[in-house]
Amino acid sequence: MIELKGVNKVYKTGDVETWALKDISFKVNDGEFISIMGPSGSGKSTLMHIIGALDTPTSGEYLLDGKDVSKMADDELADIRNDKIGFVFQQFNLLPRITVFRNVMLPLIYAGTPKEAREESARKALISAALPENWWTHHSNQLSGGQMQRVAIARALVNNPTIILADEPTGNLDSKTGEIVLGTFQKLHEQGRTIVLITHELYVAEHAERIIHIVDGQVKSDSKSHPRRKISMKDYKD
Amino acid sequence: MEISELLQEAFSAVTLNKARSGLTILGIVIGIGSVIAMISIGQGAQGSITSSIQSIGSNLILITPGFQRTPGSQVSAGRGSAETLRQEDADAIANQVSMIQAVAPEITRRYQITALGKNTNTSVVGTVSSYPEVRNIQIDLGNFITDQNVKDGSKVAVLGPTTRDDLFGTGVDPTGKTIRINNINFQVVGVTVAKGGSGFGSQDDMIFVPISTAQRYLEGDTYVTTISVEAQDAQSMTQVQDQITSLLLERHHISDPTLADFQVLNQTDILSTASTITNTFTILLASIAGISLIVGGIGIMNMMLTTVTERTREIGLRKAIGAKKRDISTQFLIESVMLTFLGGIVGIILGWMLSMLVTYFAGITTSISWWSILLAFGVSAGIGIVFGYYPARRAASLNPIEALRYE
Ligand SMILES: Nc1ncnc2c1ncn2[C@@H]1O[C@H](COP(=O)(O)OP(=O)(O)OP(=O)(O)O)[C@@H](O)[C@H]1O
Ligand SMILES: [Mg+2]
Repeated sequence: MIELKGVNKVYKTGDVETWALKDISFKVNDGEFISIMGPSGSGKSTLMHIIGALDTPTSGEYLLDGKDVSKMADDELADIRNDKIGFVFQQFNLLPRITVFRNVMLPLIYAGTPKEAREESARKALISAALPENWWTHHSNQLSGGQMQRVAIARALVNNPTIILADEPTGNLDSKTGEIVLGTFQKLHEQGRTIVLITHELYVAEHAERIIHIVDGQVKSDSKSHPRRKISMKDYKD
Repeated sequence: MEISELLQEAFSAVTLNKARSGLTILGIVIGIGSVIAMISIGQGAQGSITSSIQSIGSNLILITPGFQRTPGSQVSAGRGSAETLRQEDADAIANQVSMIQAVAPEITRRYQITALGKNTNTSVVGTVSSYPEVRNIQIDLGNFITDQNVKDGSKVAVLGPTTRDDLFGTGVDPTGKTIRINNINFQVVGVTVAKGGSGFGSQDDMIFVPISTAQRYLEGDTYVTTISVEAQDAQSMTQVQDQITSLLLERHHISDPTLADFQVLNQTDILSTASTITNTFTILLASIAGISLIVGGIGIMNMMLTTVTERTREIGLRKAIGAKKRDISTQFLIESVMLTFLGGIVGIILGWMLSMLVTYFAGITTSISWWSILLAFGVSAGIGIVFGYYPARRAASLNPIEALRYE
């Protein structure tokens, strides 16, 4: 469960203070699928960095599964990320030199999981992310964008995280592949995963159950997605 | 992170850009290679110098003329040119010093030698019958100078094998033939066995004559250039040396030992002096070679810094999925150590080939020791750690957000 209480984030460049986040408070329960939506520069990525334990708020509290993450040191944050967070980025961020399978296993290598368990989890994650098995031994730079994003989703899933955080996951994909990725998220949500999707497009945001709208670093609205868009994965088969 | 995973990652990173990695480790290869070659040449030289010093005899003490200083004067005659040792000194040592096996005085000078119209210029050693025993010389043909020869002042000569080859041709038996030393006829009575070694101090290019003959016909004086003394055993060396020193001081009427007009050297001193010289020489050469190791290390550091910059996004991603500072710094440190270690291995092979070439073409014996190889491995790994440390730290301290955003 995610709980933000009065979170502020201030960037200082010289004498200029930028309030990227102002008094943000909301809760995300386990198993929810939410979108964080807002225009460019509204503070979405900043918020994601805090939720994802990549950064800490200037003030305010952030509780992840009841634990206060807001004042942790770098290496503690690394443990939190390894344990509870799965990231999906707009630029996929796969390592090109190694195979798809190894890319997916990477978080477990850092977690110190034994080899067999690692391989078993990677297999399950790749199946959940719907990447056909014949691609698993390819180097990740031989894949299409949609396939890469599914590898990234598998990597995010592999450590069985509390939340999957996706920052503009469809930003680099055409609309059809984008829908496949969104469909994959909906399927994972049906399996009980908590998903936080960050986007500036209403169309993309509407694939979640709940939309938090932020403008100028503040929550403007927090409501159920209406209408909710549903992707039927039967329409897309590789 | 497991060590096998780390090694696998490092290996794939190092082999990704083979040309660049190869060029970068070249500095280490050359550095390690030349250090190995220099040490092996130095060790080889030391070995051959030691064995040639040992081949001149065992338990040997050499007495040579020294500076002839007058108190208060800074002027001295050149070492060895002084004529302060005499035949009588040698006789006194033989009679009065205990624990000695044999004494062999000699008077040595270079002369022009002719035989059957052939010419050579070589050392003529006037000595006594105990010389072969003291100086470890064996007779190949005929016999050495006898006590009778010395007593009679006979004009007989024993040739070293090289001199024999020069004057009569290889393998020829010259006994009974006549040679002319300084225009005086000598009859050849023997040839010594080759001892090997070449250049300065070779005992193969020499002519031995009775000391009395040399003093009478060649020098016209009874001074000697060296007195060789063989002690009974290694333990008695110091005692014999001390006895000789006090005896000669007394005979020469010198009360202050620092003003002695002779020098008493034992073989151990000569050996340790020679090895000090070759050691210094080896260290000097190896240090010069070592400089290229530092240059190589800087090359590694440069490449690692470039790599860290190029892989900023990768580092950010690794941190985002849970890599700690230590994981990142270890990864880059292992990469740089892998590079330098690889360079070390190639360098050892290169150094080994270099010293083989030196042995083959220059005839200098070389020897590669285990410790120099271990040292090379240690040094190359050390360079990897030292010069990889800063880039690795830089990678580890990257902010994951900045790193992920890096274009
Ligand atoms: N490291 C930083 N230093 C200073 N200011 C920053 C920094 N990162 C973000 N900001 C500022 O904080 C504000 C929010 O930025 P953020 O990246 O969170 O926006 P965003 O909603 O993700 O925008 P986009 O949709 O363009 O990605 C912006 O005004 C931005 O300039
Ligand atoms: Mg953003």
